[in-house]
Amino acid sequence: MTESLNVTVDRRDGLAVVYTEGYINNQGGEDIARVAYKLLDEGYKVLLLNLAGTKIVNSIGISILIEIIEKMIEIEGQLGFCCLTPTIEKTFHIMGLAQYARIFPDEQSAVAGLRA
Amino acid sequence: MAGNAILREVTLTLSMVPDMEIAASKTATAMAEFMKMSPDRIDEVRMAVVEACINAFEHSHSPDHKVYMTFEVLGDKEPESLRITVRDTGVGFLPAEIEEPNIEAKLKAERKRGWGLKIIRGLMDDVEIRSGSDGTTVVMSKSR
Repeated sequence: MTESLNVTVDRRDGLAVVYTEGYINNQGGEDIARVAYKLLDEGYKVLLLNLAGTKIVNSIGISILIEIIEKMIEIEGQLGFCCLTPTIEKTFHIMGLAQYARIFPDEQSAVAGLRA
Repeated sequence: MAGNAILREVTLTLSMVPDMEIAASKTATAMAEFMKMSPDRIDEVRMAVVEACINAFEHSHSPDHKVYMTFEVLGDKEPESLRITVRDTGVGFLPAEIEEPNIEAKLKAERKRGWGLKIIRGLMDDVEIRSGSDGTTVVMSKSR
């Protein structure tokens, strides 16, 4: 029994949106990190993680997201999240992620906010 | 104050294999739905259950490689709260010696994990941890 995560990317002008679908656990976090670091290698410094398709995460998966935040700080890039369930958003606040990554209610406001 | 009568009880024994925490979260969801908990609160219970299971899987070193769970709906006549007990037979730990994680330190640290208890405490109403050389028991509750 292994829960899988699907990760897809939409590359736009100067910004990449990463969509997840499924459980963000250890493996899911690694899958997101692999995609994020590839985008950084391609020159994208602004990433948006759209978690509309993710209803559950665990702290191991989120710890890997913290590694991505650390990398974004290093390169002076920006990481945003959008479309979080209320519980995932609450968890991000409990952990303090909201201090280092912006959280938006929807993709439209996220793209506008990250480009501003 | 919630009534103490047990209106419904389910026990579950989980093997410590990857993603088994999802099975526990499904049982928690079924119990919370039975007591008509709001969807957002059910989600919070699910997440806390996932974290409690992962903590046991990762840190208990239980010789039997199992986690024992009890889900109890408490109340007088109507369901008032859900109490979930997560027990392992592992090596135990001293809860007072667990340093509370913070994001500033974790961003600089090589090891970014160690958030489970903080998340559980943030999502549930009450959390009690008993731990010793014969294992760890986490009892967590959330009202309807």
